[in-house]
Amino acid sequence: MVNVMDIPEEEYIFPGTRACAGCAMALIYRIALKALGPNTIVTVPASCLTVLHGMQGFCTTKISVYHTPFATTAASASGILASLEDKGLADEITVLAFAGDGGTVDIGIQALSGAAERDTNFIYACYDNEAYMNTGVQRSGSTPLGVQTTTTPEGKSVHKKNMPKILEAHGIPYVATANAAYPLDLYEKFKRAKDIKGPKYIHILSPCPPGWGYNPKDTMLIGRLANETGFWPLYEVLDGKFELSNSSKRYLDSSKRKPITDYLKAQKRFKSIDEKIAKTYEKYIDNTWKEIKSRLESR
Amino acid sequence: MTLTEKEESAINDNIMILTGNHAAAHAFRQAKVGVVSAYPITPQSPVVEKIAEFIAEGKLKARFVKVESEHSAMAVLCAASVTGSRVGTATSAHGLELMYEMLPWASGNRLPIVLNLATRSLGAPWSVWTDHQDFITIRDVGWIQLFCENNQEIYDTNLQAFKIAEDSRILLPVACAYDGYVLSHTAMPVKLEIQELIDKFLPPLNHHINLSDISTVKGIDPVTTPQVVKRDEGVAPGYYEYRYALQKALENSINIIKEVHDDFAKKFGRSYGNGIYKAIQTDDADTIIFGMGSVASQSRVAIEKLRAEGLKVGLMSLKLFRPYPAEELREFFKDKENIIVFDRDIGYGYEGTLSYELKAALYGLKSRPNIKGFIVGLGGRDVKTEHIITGIYKALDEFKKGIFTNKTDFLGLRLEELEDYDEETYFKGG
Amino acid sequence: MTDLKKKYQKILGSVQKPVIGEAGQTGTWSSKKPIIDLKKCIPVKSGKPSCFNCWLYCPEAVVSRTIPPQIDFNYCKGCGICMEECPVKAISMEEVKKE
Repeated sequence: MVNVMDIPEEEYIFPGTRACAGCAMALIYRIALKALGPNTIVTVPASCLTVLHGMQGFCTTKISVYHTPFATTAASASGILASLEDKGLADEITVLAFAGDGGTVDIGIQALSGAAERDTNFIYACYDNEAYMNTGVQRSGSTPLGVQTTTTPEGKSVHKKNMPKILEAHGIPYVATANAAYPLDLYEKFKRAKDIKGPKYIHILSPCPPGWGYNPKDTMLIGRLANETGFWPLYEVLDGKFELSNSSKRYLDSSKRKPITDYLKAQKRFKSIDEKIAKTYEKYIDNTWKEIKSRLESR
Repeated sequence: MTLTEKEESAINDNIMILTGNHAAAHAFRQAKVGVVSAYPITPQSPVVEKIAEFIAEGKLKARFVKVESEHSAMAVLCAASVTGSRVGTATSAHGLELMYEMLPWASGNRLPIVLNLATRSLGAPWSVWTDHQDFITIRDVGWIQLFCENNQEIYDTNLQAFKIAEDSRILLPVACAYDGYVLSHTAMPVKLEIQELIDKFLPPLNHHINLSDISTVKGIDPVTTPQVVKRDEGVAPGYYEYRYALQKALENSINIIKEVHDDFAKKFGRSYGNGIYKAIQTDDADTIIFGMGSVASQSRVAIEKLRAEGLKVGLMSLKLFRPYPAEELREFFKDKENIIVFDRDIGYGYEGTLSYELKAALYGLKSRPNIKGFIVGLGGRDVKTEHIITGIYKALDEFKKGIFTNKTDFLGLRLEELEDYDEETYFKGG
Repeated sequence: MTDLKKKYQKILGSVQKPVIGEAGQTGTWSSKKPIIDLKKCIPVKSGKPSCFNCWLYCPEAVVSRTIPPQIDFNYCKGCGICMEECPVKAISMEEVKKE
């Protein structure tokens, strides 16, 4: 496990960005760039990260960035990589695709699946704030059950898509889940991904103060609750081998998990859920962990 | 019938019997493209099959990203272009439409991408045969659009296209179109030029954007506001200034396109009119046929017949469709009496695109020529010499009677063969 | 100065170069700022580089990894995450008037 002093002090994002106060994505991006270092090219679709990067003329990062239309994140990464290969620079430069959940699980899934199938040597990071936040909190395929968004005023009626599992099904060498509230774990995962050849997929839970309805100071607290209740387990699948991350190991024991209602009640977006949905969540979490157990046992 | 490479090269070292698609592929090989990305679609597919073959045989050192859609293909090329590579692709009809979102992205970024379009009609209903509707639908996205009439022209135009696209005064994507099947799958002799001469004509790309040079940090394509932004660190144009620059680059590209064409003609001894249009037997003609691609080639035959019947008819085959060479067309048509336009497309809800655009371009001439437009050959319906001839006589008759209309006039329709067809009763019959 | 008529040739794609404070002085977004009680702060007390949760968790990179940690109020948006993440509750959010 890395220590805080192992993380490079060098910052790749200048302060004074347009990201909201308490934005988890800003922290995720900051830590990811520290792990990947200066020889990185980033490609980004329409998303809150486009906002963070700044407007015409002036950007906030010390790393080159290409903004690409919504559906094309992974395709653009393929293009950058193909050009680097054409120039013989592919071994020197890391290509990072960094998209939100809408850009990944919805409109970008086809291009991502294609790039994964083609064994594209890149890192795809999805920061999952569980709705279309940049356009005003509309539901996405990654919005959890019961969440109120501007297009699900009654609460979403179905669970979120399990994107890491979909990427696993592509047989790529590295799939991991992460969480903004665990920056050291996040750093390690990006560091690991950097040294692996082929497509790498990291799916990061990214609490969003205005979209989720909580005080900005509580971003990490909310993120931790997602782990502590067993809702968002942290794990890695390296060459098909499943490994539970340290921060989530203790929740194999269901008695160590906090009640899911602790997580749900802390956020305004869940305010319309009833007992029935809370029960559904308990079952959902039980099933998630049953599967984790069986994967660990079958190794 | 397809010839093997061996048979092709046996004919002559430099002259090969090639389909239009393969002529385009050879041009890509000799232009030494760095990144190709494409998705199969009829009738374009043989272009990229041939490119894949060149790469497999080591004749072309390009990266071929075999994507899962045309939308991704153009996204790959835009990204590869901003990373500094020479890039190109080929597509048709639905493939082009699926790419649509990425087309203004390419021009807005000022990316010198070359796209071959083997034209094909748009569904519904499904059709794989040619017309120019796909080509027409991209007229407002800021691309340079060229049309070819034979396979040699496809090869030559592709080589010129890279040079035009990459000219530092232009920096814009170029579409080279040719009729699906009519040229894409028809073999004819094509002279391939010596590599060293092509290298001299087309030096390596010197791109204005190059992400692969990580010594300079660049952000590309951020949100760009209606305002000019000023800070201590500098001043940045607003969206309006970028669009002004794009439009001016297009307007000013016409002379450079001619220049590149003339340079090519001087080096390789082949020319296509003035590079923006081809005028055939127009000097003494009072009536001019106006068309593009397969329509123009078919009209060449019609001219001979009409002249034999005593009519002074000539042909203008438009090569450069965007930017629209309005001034050049005005100059050319200012003393002509009649223009008869044959469109293999429709500006749906109005009339044939070539027809209404020409009418607009000639507005304000002191003596305006008579103009009538016809629709021909949609969805691969044969454009026959007799259709053109019928059209000419009909138009001349209408001009004499003073009939001028924007209502479309279709040639080669076969409504009479449908007898009492009626969709409502169709399923009840038989 | 470029000839205005030729100016279009100098304008190509929309590009950006890096600057500090792209969104301006984001410190103005909130008047509440984190104040560190140095008597409680772990690296200050121990004199050793340690803890630095305030540096690690800051989404804005406005906290320095120094002893004592410095916070750039010009850009600190006042989210309060550092206060929440400080294990010894050495940080409080206080009203700070701009000079």
